[in-house]
Amino acid sequence: MSAIESAVMYDVARIREDFPILARKVRGRDLVYLDNAATTQKPQSVIDRIVRYYSEENSNVHRGVHYLSEVATAAYEQSRTTVKRFINARDEKEIVFTRGTTESINLVVQSWGRKNVQAGDEILITAIEHHSNIVPWQLLCEEKHARLVIAPVNDRGEILLDDFKRLLSGRTKIVGVGHASNALGTINPVKQMIALAHANGSLVLVDGAQGVPHMRVDVQDLDCDFYAFSGHKVYGPTGIGVLYGKEKLLEAMPPWQGGGDMILSVSFEKTTYNALPYKFEAGTPNIAGAIGMAAGLDYVAQIGIDNIAAHEQDLLQYATRRLLEIDGLRIIGTAANKAAVISFVLEGVHPHDIGTVLDQDGIAIRTGHHCAQPLMMRFNVPATGRASFAMYNTREEADHLVDSLRHVIEVFR
Amino acid sequence: MSSTDLRELYQQVILDHNKNPRNFREIADAKRVDGFNPLCGDHYTIFLQMDGDTIKDVAFIGNGCAISKASASVMSATVKGKSKDEADRLFETFHKLVTGDTSGLDAAELGRLAAFSGVSEFPARVKCATLAWHTLRTALEGSKDTVTTE
Repeated sequence: MSAIESAVMYDVARIREDFPILARKVRGRDLVYLDNAATTQKPQSVIDRIVRYYSEENSNVHRGVHYLSEVATAAYEQSRTTVKRFINARDEKEIVFTRGTTESINLVVQSWGRKNVQAGDEILITAIEHHSNIVPWQLLCEEKHARLVIAPVNDRGEILLDDFKRLLSGRTKIVGVGHASNALGTINPVKQMIALAHANGSLVLVDGAQGVPHMRVDVQDLDCDFYAFSGHKVYGPTGIGVLYGKEKLLEAMPPWQGGGDMILSVSFEKTTYNALPYKFEAGTPNIAGAIGMAAGLDYVAQIGIDNIAAHEQDLLQYATRRLLEIDGLRIIGTAANKAAVISFVLEGVHPHDIGTVLDQDGIAIRTGHHCAQPLMMRFNVPATGRASFAMYNTREEADHLVDSLRHVIEVFR
Repeated sequence: MSSTDLRELYQQVILDHNKNPRNFREIADAKRVDGFNPLCGDHYTIFLQMDGDTIKDVAFIGNGCAISKASASVMSATVKGKSKDEADRLFETFHKLVTGDTSGLDAAELGRLAAFSGVSEFPARVKCATLAWHTLRTALEGSKDTVTTE
C-alpha cells in the first residue's frame, strides 16, 4: 500500500470520535492532549468493556464454581490470550499480569535477580533509562554487592553499539534497556543488543512501556528474555501491566509475592506453588484492568499498529519541522530512529513556565525531568518540555503547539 | 480570558524580577543553604549574613522557573534589614497569599509580594513560589544545609 493510500485510509477524525475525552474543553479551549507518554486516553470501547464487566460479569476469578465466576475467569484468561497474541509470545504461561511496567521490572529484579546475581556480578543498563529501569537494579546491586554499568549514548541520544558490546563482560548477568526512550524518543536497537548480549551469555530485560504503543512488538523475533509494559500507555486502564518472560526462565524463578492463587496447596508444614503464570499472580488480580487492557489492545489491532506507527511518524516529522521554526528552540534527542516524542528547551524560558502558558491555551505537555534525571544530566539540561503524540493527535494540534510557544515567547522575552 | 489569568500569574513585577533578579550574587563568609524542587529541577543557593538578630545581607544564585526566581529576588529585597521574627512573619504571610488563604492579609505589609497573589490560582506552582522562602527559613534557623520541596 502506498503512503498516500494508507494516509487516506487512516481517518484520524473518525478515530478521535472514539475517544470521548478529546471532545472536552480545558480552560475554555479545545483540549490538545500531547502528554501521551505519561498516559494515553481511552476509546469508548475500553470504557464500555470495563463498565460491562462490572455491570454484568463481575466475580472473583479462578476459584468459584458458579456462573459469574466462570464468566469472569473466562474474560480474564481471554485477556491473557489477547496479550500473548499481541506481542507474539509462545504461550499464555509466559504472560504475567502485574500492576504495570515498574512492577514487572521489580518482579524480575526480586525474583530472578536475587537468585541469580552474586557479589561482583554486573548489570548493564543504558544512560537514557527511565527511573523504573534504573532504581530496581540499583537496589539489587546494593543488596548483592553487584556493579551497575552504564552504556553511553552520543549527543543525539543514540546507543553506541560498539561501546555497548565492549561493556558486556564475563560478569554481565543481565542487560536492562528501554525499547524507546520516554524522554528523548530514541528507539533503541534492541534486537541487535539482545543478540550481542546473548552471545555474551547475558539475559536481556526490555522496558517496553514506550515500545508497545508505538510499534509492532514480536517478543519471539526480538528473542528478549523479559519484556515489560503498561496497559495505560497503550489506551488501556491504569493499574495493569504485563511481564513477558521466557517459560524456562519463569519456571526456574522463585515466587515473588506469596498469597492466594499462586499456590497449589498450603499447609503449615509445606506449601507448594502453582504453575505458570499463576505462580506470579498472588491475590485477586486487577480483573477489570486486564479485561480493559485487552480491549485497548483489540482497538489498536483493529486500527492496525503499523498504521498507527506510520501516522505517528508523520506527526513526528511534521511537528519537528514546525518546532524548529521557533527561534531559540532546541530539540533534545535527535536520534535517526525515534518514537513520536519531542523533548525541547526554549532559550530564556524555564519548562515549567512554558507548561503553564501552554496549559492556559488548552495544551497538555509534560515539563520536568520525565523520571530520567541521569538522562537530563547527560544532556546538561535541568528539565525539558515534552510533547508526545498518539494515534489520535493531528497536524493541527502540532500547529496549536507552535502558536502557543510563540505566545510563551511574547510573555517572557 | 486565559490571557488575563496568565497576566494574573505572570505580573509585570514577576517578569521583571525573573529577567533582572535582584541580589543575584554570592556572598563570601555567609551562611549558605541549598534549596531544590526535585520535581522540576529548580535549584537555588541562598546566602545569609546576620548582624545580631537583623538580616544584614541576603543574596542568591541558581536556576529555575520564572516564579521561583522572581520569588527569590523579591524575597531578598523584602527581608533585607528585617529582623528574624519579621522575616518569619513575612514567610507566613507569603505562604497564605500563594495558597489562597486571604484571611487577615494586610496589603500594606505585602508590598511587592502582592504580585504573587496569582499563584493561588495555579496550585502546581505554589512550590515554585515558596522554595526560596523555605530555604531562607532553614538558613535563619541554622539547622540544615539543604532543603527540598518534597
